[in-house]
Amino acid sequence: MRRLKERVIETVLFLAAASSVLVTIGIVGILVVESIPFFEHVTLKEFLTDTEWTPLFENARYGILPLLSGTFLTTVIALLVAIPLGTVTAAFLSEYVRPAWREVLKPILELLAAVPTVVYGYFALLFVTPLLQKIIPDLSGFNVLSAGIVIGMMIVPYVSSLSEDAMGAVPSHLREASFAVGASRMQTSFRVVIPAAFSGITSAYILGISRALGETMVVAIAAGMQPNLTLNPTEPAATITAFIVQVSLGDLPHGSIGYQSIYVAGLSLLVLTLCFNIFGLWLRKKFQEKE
Amino acid sequence: MESQQDILANIKRRQFWDFVFALTGLMSLLFALITLITLIVDLSLTGVPRITLDFFTSFPSRFAGKAGILSAWVGSFCVMITTAFCAIPLGVAAGVYLEEYSKKNWVSQIIELNIINLAGIPSITYGLMALGLFVYQLKLGQSILTAGLTLGLLVLPIIIVTTREAIRAIPNAIREASYAMGASKWQTIRHHILPYSSGGIMTGVIISLSRAIGETAPLITIGALTFIAFLPTAPISDVPPFINLKWLMDPFTVMPIQMFNWLSRPQAEFHVNAAATGVILLMMTLIMNGGAIYLRSRFRKKMKW
Repeated sequence: MRRLKERVIETVLFLAAASSVLVTIGIVGILVVESIPFFEHVTLKEFLTDTEWTPLFENARYGILPLLSGTFLTTVIALLVAIPLGTVTAAFLSEYVRPAWREVLKPILELLAAVPTVVYGYFALLFVTPLLQKIIPDLSGFNVLSAGIVIGMMIVPYVSSLSEDAMGAVPSHLREASFAVGASRMQTSFRVVIPAAFSGITSAYILGISRALGETMVVAIAAGMQPNLTLNPTEPAATITAFIVQVSLGDLPHGSIGYQSIYVAGLSLLVLTLCFNIFGLWLRKKFQEKE
Repeated sequence: MESQQDILANIKRRQFWDFVFALTGLMSLLFALITLITLIVDLSLTGVPRITLDFFTSFPSRFAGKAGILSAWVGSFCVMITTAFCAIPLGVAAGVYLEEYSKKNWVSQIIELNIINLAGIPSITYGLMALGLFVYQLKLGQSILTAGLTLGLLVLPIIIVTTREAIRAIPNAIREASYAMGASKWQTIRHHILPYSSGGIMTGVIISLSRAIGETAPLITIGALTFIAFLPTAPISDVPPFINLKWLMDPFTVMPIQMFNWLSRPQAEFHVNAAATGVILLMMTLIMNGGAIYLRSRFRKKMKW
């Protein structure tokens, strides 16, 4: 009797653990299934090469490029902010700050990632954009620049926290050896700790990139939701995520081409995120072999 | 041979650059913290004066001055409860299985890899999945239940990971002592592992709910309405069985969506409402995160194995 109960409990717990895999299968499955009908209307060539994305207009065009350029641009700006800030902060916390202070500072820094994204959207639209307009007078009220910068600030803790974990895990005898031959803390940090923690730092960057690619509300609020094939950050544009929000706000009949278009957009986003994750895994593998 | 002076100059130079680097590090840290403070202050200056009792007890309105967040905070509250009911049992059970039962084989490896990957999946794709699966396939509608399930799945990895960390911190001696007394595996988990890890699990639950309460994009995707001027059905009725779950199937709005709605209007008066909602949201997430940090540190101090 007791043995039976143990078996049943183990099975139930296993099902719970396996359900997390079902979530992934569900996401991929639904995105693929709902996207397939879209390609009965639109050829893959049109989808990948057309330079306009206007699925909801009468004269609908289905080129993903404008959404990709918007996504690419915001992500690059966000990373230009987050990677230097996050990495330097991590090195500072790991090599210069006393452990007691680190215990206090790290959770405070992580609060930056806890702020709801819609609040960041407010901040980008009504604080950062007016501030930037004082420096760049012809900046449009909706623009990619301020959205990108704010997303960058938002993902600083993802980058810094995980990087710091990786740097903290570097064995201290490596540091001591470096100090013993007369290296300064900065030299130790750049030539010993960061290379040794490279694998962990890469995963921190990859998580940061995934966050930036998938960030929705900041761009939907501050970047203007207009698909725009441009690499000029002072103009409004739309990302893949912003387009999905824009369409979802309206009333969209199930099965219409507009409905299918958000799934195609979502699938593209997922594929893009997956590519970066695989690239990160490859980078880590390659570096680990070298050691 | 380098002369002593060369060496001294070399040391000076390196000390200088070391100092510059330390200063850069301090600046980046301060920049991040100042951004956080600026955000809080800027939002509060606009929003706090607007927060009155009426703001909590009024429905949204065409007139910015009369509008409030009654339906939004009630909606947020209902969605949070549903999320917690969905995510906590599933997440804790999964965490317990992965730490205490799973053997090293390909099944457990797939599950582990998958949990790491879930953290990188954009939240909006959860919304798309929910729209296709819960709203249209399972016909749950654009309801509180759909929203709770969606957010529940979204925060599931957070709960699984924190549960595992909490369980891993329990030394094996505890398990062995329990087995030595003749307890079965489940009895050991039920009476020892779960109680000792409850502090860590609570931390994870609070963090995941604070994440869920600010989440906007997946709920917009499932078609949560932005203008709701009524409340969900009351959970208690005057006819037996007195408790009804009809509210689960009601349409809803939540605070972040209400804030987004006000923010996307051109008039500045609505932006004030958005700021006020933002202050409330921000305070809730900061308090929840602060509580989680406090709980974690207290738990660490108390547990001396």
